[in-house]
Amino acid sequence: MSSKLSVFRHRDNFMKYRYLLGELVRKNVKLQYRNSVLGMFWTFLQPLMTMIVLSIVFSNLFGRNSAEVVNYPVYLLAGRLLHDFFTQSTKRGMRAIRTNASIIKKVYVPKYIYPLSQVLSTFVTFLISLVVLVVVILFFNIINKNPIAISWQIVFFVVPVIILFFMALGVGMILCTLDVFFKDVENLYDVFTLLLFYLTPIVYTVDRLGFEAGSWQEKLLRLNPMYGIIDMFRAAVLHSTEFAAYFNFDMLWYTIGFTVVMLIIGFISFYKCQDKFILHI
Amino acid sequence: MKQYAIEVDHVSMLFHLNRERVDNAKEYVIRFLTRKLHYTKFWALKDVSFKVEKGDRVGVLGFNGAGKSTLLKTIAGVLKPTMGTVKVSGVIAPMLELGAGFDPNYSGAENIYLYGATMGFSRRFIDEKYDEIVEFSELGEFIDAPLKSYSSGMKSRLGFSIATAVKPDVLILDEVLSVGDAAFKDKSEQRILDMMADGVTVLFVSHSTERVKKICNKAIILTKGQLVAQGEANEICEIYTEMVNKK
Repeated sequence: MSSKLSVFRHRDNFMKYRYLLGELVRKNVKLQYRNSVLGMFWTFLQPLMTMIVLSIVFSNLFGRNSAEVVNYPVYLLAGRLLHDFFTQSTKRGMRAIRTNASIIKKVYVPKYIYPLSQVLSTFVTFLISLVVLVVVILFFNIINKNPIAISWQIVFFVVPVIILFFMALGVGMILCTLDVFFKDVENLYDVFTLLLFYLTPIVYTVDRLGFEAGSWQEKLLRLNPMYGIIDMFRAAVLHSTEFAAYFNFDMLWYTIGFTVVMLIIGFISFYKCQDKFILHI
Repeated sequence: MKQYAIEVDHVSMLFHLNRERVDNAKEYVIRFLTRKLHYTKFWALKDVSFKVEKGDRVGVLGFNGAGKSTLLKTIAGVLKPTMGTVKVSGVIAPMLELGAGFDPNYSGAENIYLYGATMGFSRRFIDEKYDEIVEFSELGEFIDAPLKSYSSGMKSRLGFSIATAVKPDVLILDEVLSVGDAAFKDKSEQRILDMMADGVTVLFVSHSTERVKKICNKAIILTKGQLVAQGEANEICEIYTEMVNKK
């Protein structure tokens, strides 16, 4: 037994508990809206309503459907949905060990199952909420106001979405490990996500900021991997007919690299500290 | 070669105790800078070694704080020992706290699947056992009501029914389970006794030598984290009674 490679032991253990992972994901998705009258519809209504509110507030400030943006509400919604997924999943992943402390103290369960299930279940809700984006695009195309040209290249939206999932998982694991030892992380991270919202071109466009191309301010802005993710996503959704012109390969490599680093740090720190978790929760 | 169900090999467990818990960064930095970050070391288990043969029923005796729960948790895999190793062969059913994996917003039926999954059962296994679990728990139509509306007796009945649905190789019991009313108590004890008749290995923690004598054939005594005696249940129980009297 002990001579068995540790990789295989991990795989066997995962296979044993993969049903638990499924159950936890199902539970998180199911319970999210239980006891609310509209239930699952909130997955669509919530982003739709915030899109309307933000469109009203910011379209006057940043110019409604100005030359830079084909369709401001869709531009906004696309950014918001991705940003929302990232903050929600990392926040839930961060608290995963603490909220399940009572189980972890009593039953042996591979601990990574908890942050992983939180990120996965938020991802499922996020995928469902993408339906809103489709509906809004169809709506604008039907009323023929700022219509968005669609081509098959729209399928490339999956590339940033997949990268984003793994990035959220890596960051979630790092935060989860930290949160067990220092609960301050929760408060700090709340402030950080707010800052991230304004540092990412979600409600505004980079052109509006008036930085010169290649200036240090612009370079700094591009260090934020969420910028790259959202930009790639918008290239596929808003500009699928001219996808190649809008898709930025530097951003692709940068976000992939960032994600890999986050995943490695996340899993190593989690793995090294997990036996100490129980002494702190 | 004898077959061992549990092998505990030189296990020690160290806890860092400090008077106040430092779980925020400010406190940590201040204490680190002022060098007040030293802990009191506390060995909950000190070099404990013993082996349990398959089919043995071992009573674990000891005063409060002797390390009984810590020992059981290391065997159940919840705690990783600071030093030493624990080997358990076969399926282990820790009946330490029933219903630790329940979600109050889920119905009883949904909780059967969730709790079963937490115990490492597969979906097919729970599907097979579902009717038996519901029947044994005597919850009837309440099985579809949310768990938060259950009484504590109903919860522990459900927890017991799920935890014992599997036929384990090793059963860990903390004191005698007092589950539900007298009738259910008899029924649950009978189920445990049936398992023992089938040759399951048992670790049984208790303060009562009477119960240990009745249930177990072997016993060990823990004092301040150290294993001070092990052997036949009757002998060990006498030693323990003397220890209690001296105290």
